[in-house]
Amino acid sequence: MTFKIIVCAKQVPDTNEIKIDPVTKTLVREGVPSILNPDDANALEEALKMKEQYADTHVTVITMGPPQAKDMLIECLAMGADEAILASDRALGGSDTWATSNALAAVIERLGGYDLIFAGRQAIDGDTAQVGPQIAEKLGIPQVTYVQECKIDHEMKNITVKRALEDGYEVIKIKTPCMLTAIKGLNKPRYMSIGGIFDSVKREKEIKTWGAKELGVDVDHEVGLDASPTNVYRSFTPLPKGKGIVIKADGQKETAQKLLVGLKSRHVI
Amino acid sequence: MNFVLTKEQEFVRKMVRDFAKNEVEPIAAEIDRDHRFPVENVAKMSKLGIMGVPFPREYGGAGGDNISYAITIEELSRVCASTGVICSAHTSLCCWPIYSWGTEKQKKKYLPRLLSGGKLGAFGLTEASAGTDAAGQQTKAEDKGDHWLINGSKLFITNGGYADIFVIFAMTDKKKGPKGISAFIVEKGFEGFSVGKTEDKMGICASSTTELIMQNCRVPKENILGDPGDGFKIAMSTLNGGRIGIASQALGIAQGAFDVTIAYMKGRKQFGKKLSQMEALQFDVANMRTQIEAARLMIYRAVDMKDRNLNYGPYSAMAKLFAAETAMYVTTKAVQLHGGYGYTKDYPVERMMRDAKITEIYEGTSEVQKIVIAAAVFGK
Repeated sequence: MTFKIIVCAKQVPDTNEIKIDPVTKTLVREGVPSILNPDDANALEEALKMKEQYADTHVTVITMGPPQAKDMLIECLAMGADEAILASDRALGGSDTWATSNALAAVIERLGGYDLIFAGRQAIDGDTAQVGPQIAEKLGIPQVTYVQECKIDHEMKNITVKRALEDGYEVIKIKTPCMLTAIKGLNKPRYMSIGGIFDSVKREKEIKTWGAKELGVDVDHEVGLDASPTNVYRSFTPLPKGKGIVIKADGQKETAQKLLVGLKSRHVI
Repeated sequence: MNFVLTKEQEFVRKMVRDFAKNEVEPIAAEIDRDHRFPVENVAKMSKLGIMGVPFPREYGGAGGDNISYAITIEELSRVCASTGVICSAHTSLCCWPIYSWGTEKQKKKYLPRLLSGGKLGAFGLTEASAGTDAAGQQTKAEDKGDHWLINGSKLFITNGGYADIFVIFAMTDKKKGPKGISAFIVEKGFEGFSVGKTEDKMGICASSTTELIMQNCRVPKENILGDPGDGFKIAMSTLNGGRIGIASQALGIAQGAFDVTIAYMKGRKQFGKKLSQMEALQFDVANMRTQIEAARLMIYRAVDMKDRNLNYGPYSAMAKLFAAETAMYVTTKAVQLHGGYGYTKDYPVERMMRDAKITEIYEGTSEVQKIVIAAAVFGK
């Protein structure tokens, strides 16, 4: 039996270079390179590691986005994914996390059958961490978020995960099918291989694009801007905090003394 | 005419740049200081297809084109010229002649190991008294019926100490001069083959440059590359392509030095102004940028001709000549723009300037490139 893994990925602007337009308060996307969302790369890596462990594994990457998101899917294929699906339609534009998870759940249902779904914890452009969990809820499957370690048994049925907490982790056993959301610490995503690049670009035409019609979603109530309950009130660049001060003194004692004087003079202590 | 990279080429640049940034750059200063060959990165590069970019998948290659290969060398050399030349010498000087001149049997035997199987290649032409004048080969190969017996030594062999498979040139018929030279595929483990002295160099210190010694070295009969007497032709055609690799390495060095210099100029303040705001220095930057762009276009032009099977020899010579001079010019300026800091090993431009010099020397000095170019102008 083929073990079917679905990886949910998102193409995001590289936040290392992101700016917010001071007038419109929206993200400046021009000239900002698009990348595979980092946590999603961890999700894909874990799926590909399972494929190495159990050869009869099929990894499908799905995404929702504009047509150029295909480039990110090519990258996923070049890393080793077997198949890629793009949900793209004007009617899907402006979806918030709730509407996005409706669309992606519809993609997954249309794919028909899966054993495991991986998603990244959150995307670096919105930082909501909501889409993965919402998909799991809509599909009615169990989920574990913030997965930092993941082991599947030889029957590919039971998974033991470590779920990261703020001050430690919890160990959870979960049965497939389920949804796991990956964090950076889970693994080190592989590079595309050069051969994979040349093979995958040739496979671009095989990437299926599904619109609202194919997905059978209600464009008035389930997906798109109007169906989204979330409204962005305002985007802004937070003001930078004040500059730090480096305390220099001879010896530890003197340094500590200077620090104490500084803190006291500012009435911190 | 199309100056736009293909999607594949863009992806190759992105992938190699990521790899270079994460794996190569962090150790570049250390391996230079310690003169350490980066075996761990070369193994990773082999697995990822970086060591076999422009060869078909059926031989274990990545199925790419030569522009992608040039981009690969450029991106590696941008952060570490040693890593760049390890890949370039392997690809252009060992894999390419085997791919172009080898029998199907030789290709099936050696290419999969070299292109993605973790084995490293090298090229042995130069000798103590046969450098630029390659036709003066002293190394001899005698036909012993069931094998060749090679005697002689090779000098300045890039990858020498770490390579598994070598393309070695030797005289099989002294009377015929250049037409008496033949090429052989020699494995590290062949009887009578050993690695001699390792050179202590000014730059590209993490690359392995050694002497090769063949003392009654037994090479199987079937390991001759091409026919007896094809050696000089094989060497010259290989070096035509090799120049693209070295030109790309020079371009990468120049681009890398340029990038760190721009970042430095944006941060460094003197006389109340950032260096980037000083017009005299901006003019230097404009010259550097222009030369880099010209070098890149000349390389892509030569490579494009190679991919179209046109006579690209003079074009790769021009590209190599110009790119090497650009690397020297840009890195020297980069050190200057860094001031005193640029002369210290705390900043990478010091290493880049030392690394740049070799590009004017190996795989044909700048003077040899001029001979090739002039010969194309006046006829031989």
